[in-house]
Amino acid sequence: MTSTAATFERGKEVVLRMKPPSRLGDRLFSGFTLLMAMTVVLLICVVGWQLWSGATGSIRKFGFGFLVGSDWDPGNDIYGALPFIYGTLVSSALALIIAVPLSVATAIYLTELAPLWLRQPVIALVEMLAAIPSVILGLWGVFVMVPWMRDNAFHFMQRYLGWCPLFAGAANGPCMLAGGLIIAIMIIPIITSVSREVLVSVPDLQREAAYALGATRWEVTRIAVLSYAKRGIFGAIILGLGRALGETMAVTMVIGNTSQISASLFAPGYTLASVIANEFSDASGLWAQSLFEIGLVLFFVTILVNLLAQIILKTFAGATVKQ
Amino acid sequence: MTLSRVLTLLFAGTLLLAGSRASAQLTMTGAGATFPYPIYSKWFDEYAKVDPSVRFNYQSIGSGGGQTQIIAETVDFGASDGPMSDQNLARAPGKILHIPTVAGAVVITYNVPGNPTLKLDGPTIANVFLGAITKWNDPAIASQNPGVSLPDSDIIVVHRSDSSGTTYIFTDYLSKVSPEWKSKVGSNTAVKWPTGLGAKGNEGVSGQIQETPGALGYVELIYAIQNKMPVAVVKNASGSYVSPSSESVTAALASARIPDDFRFSMTNAPGPGAYPISGATWLLVYQKQSDAEKGGKMVEFLRWALTKGEDMAGELNYAPLPQGLRDRVLKRISEIQVGG
Repeated sequence: MTSTAATFERGKEVVLRMKPPSRLGDRLFSGFTLLMAMTVVLLICVVGWQLWSGATGSIRKFGFGFLVGSDWDPGNDIYGALPFIYGTLVSSALALIIAVPLSVATAIYLTELAPLWLRQPVIALVEMLAAIPSVILGLWGVFVMVPWMRDNAFHFMQRYLGWCPLFAGAANGPCMLAGGLIIAIMIIPIITSVSREVLVSVPDLQREAAYALGATRWEVTRIAVLSYAKRGIFGAIILGLGRALGETMAVTMVIGNTSQISASLFAPGYTLASVIANEFSDASGLWAQSLFEIGLVLFFVTILVNLLAQIILKTFAGATVKQ
Repeated sequence: MTLSRVLTLLFAGTLLLAGSRASAQLTMTGAGATFPYPIYSKWFDEYAKVDPSVRFNYQSIGSGGGQTQIIAETVDFGASDGPMSDQNLARAPGKILHIPTVAGAVVITYNVPGNPTLKLDGPTIANVFLGAITKWNDPAIASQNPGVSLPDSDIIVVHRSDSSGTTYIFTDYLSKVSPEWKSKVGSNTAVKWPTGLGAKGNEGVSGQIQETPGALGYVELIYAIQNKMPVAVVKNASGSYVSPSSESVTAALASARIPDDFRFSMTNAPGPGAYPISGATWLLVYQKQSDAEKGGKMVEFLRWALTKGEDMAGELNYAPLPQGLRDRVLKRISEIQVGG
């Protein structure tokens, strides 16, 4: 009773304190920040609208068939986006499969297990990886990574895993696996940094409680830290996936730029972003409109993935918020 | 404090000075083909010494881009390795002139142990790019190259992933020597390739071939020379195997039939010394130049290019236009109306 009265009174005080005579500065500040927030929302809407208006001709001509058609033929004005959608989704999935264990493990090592003198240098190095421009990484991919992988890893994998349709066929260098690898290298820094921030923010109380119950190092990490940080790490992975979906230059240089759908990871592929980068400057008429539609598809795929992530987070929100 | 003030003043002063210099200089923007980019860069460099009051800015975004931008009038001149179609010309707000500048060779380059110089004929090349010939020691290749040891491995075809005039010239040639190519794929700046890996730009293709043993692709001659890559000798229409060079491209140019509007194709040219995979490249300008100052500078530059500029073509392995053609082009340049 006393507390509510105090709160109410305090609330009244607060209200009174917030309505002093002429605080123009505060109002301007809140108005300004609102404007900036609205600008961001407006920007997204404008981008979506521009993509839509640029793609209308193609949408009218191909309709839903655009999303399931496999033929991309600028010479005969026939366009279908399925190989690119497949390429984007597969290369991003590959990148996540490779990057997530690496990143989360690195983040755990850096927060829980690494000696103090080692932490800062490794953190700095990981962040430096994020600073490498996409094109430079692509160049490195073409001249160093892909030839090395082809001569050492791919042939080895082909010999022992060639029976599996995932690794069937000739490995000539540029392929879906190379694309996935290079995207993985690009998203490792993001996932590692954000995961590390999340793990650091886990209160020590959690760890101490687990130790008090007799848990081992790994059990502490698993029970106390990871389960507390689950949502944050999932958020980090979504951030990484967002970057993976849109990654253009590095992927274009190592994925082989062949619009086909093949089960084999050694077959060259094509992504939504790559086809726009390769063909947009020269396109006109229906070709340009189809490329706009590809942009629209990429835009929607990114939004859908983020929405899905939000839904998954909300579904599991109840499980972790148990204070 | 004083030092930083002095530095700020100096910096501002330099900016002002640079700004004033820049405003005195006229900038002409152009965009288009990557094929002639080396020779155009050289021309713009040299012309800046001849006339320092004008600066040319060229973006090599590809022939298709050059055509689109000149139609949209976002650039002062376009450049294209393929002549504009009637359809595209009709979309332009004014009459566009095709000014041929130089001709060049598209070469077949590859990565085979020992870097031999291979002899190939048109149908063989078409079949490789169609995916019909898949091994290096295929009889079609081996029969033309007795004495050369060819490995028993797959040919990894590399083509362009972006739209390009080099592709236009190459597919134009393939359409002439292979009816199957003509009906299945056709000729364009970007086509649906039956097989092979795609790389971006001439640089991408040559880089990919250098890194991939067993690869074969097509690039502009200068890229193969500068990267010290082997180049195939191709059989021409009169039956002789010709090596690509500025002389053999000039021979192809000499035997080509050139109509009045200068839109022509010179692939598979007749003539004993002609290199069959050759193509010319054009600058695209409006006949009516609305901006008097820019129009005047454009005409002066074109005149210089077609007289002095042509002499520089040889050292970059392009073929200069023969004198008769140059005279015809200069006459066309004088028909450009400046101002008004």
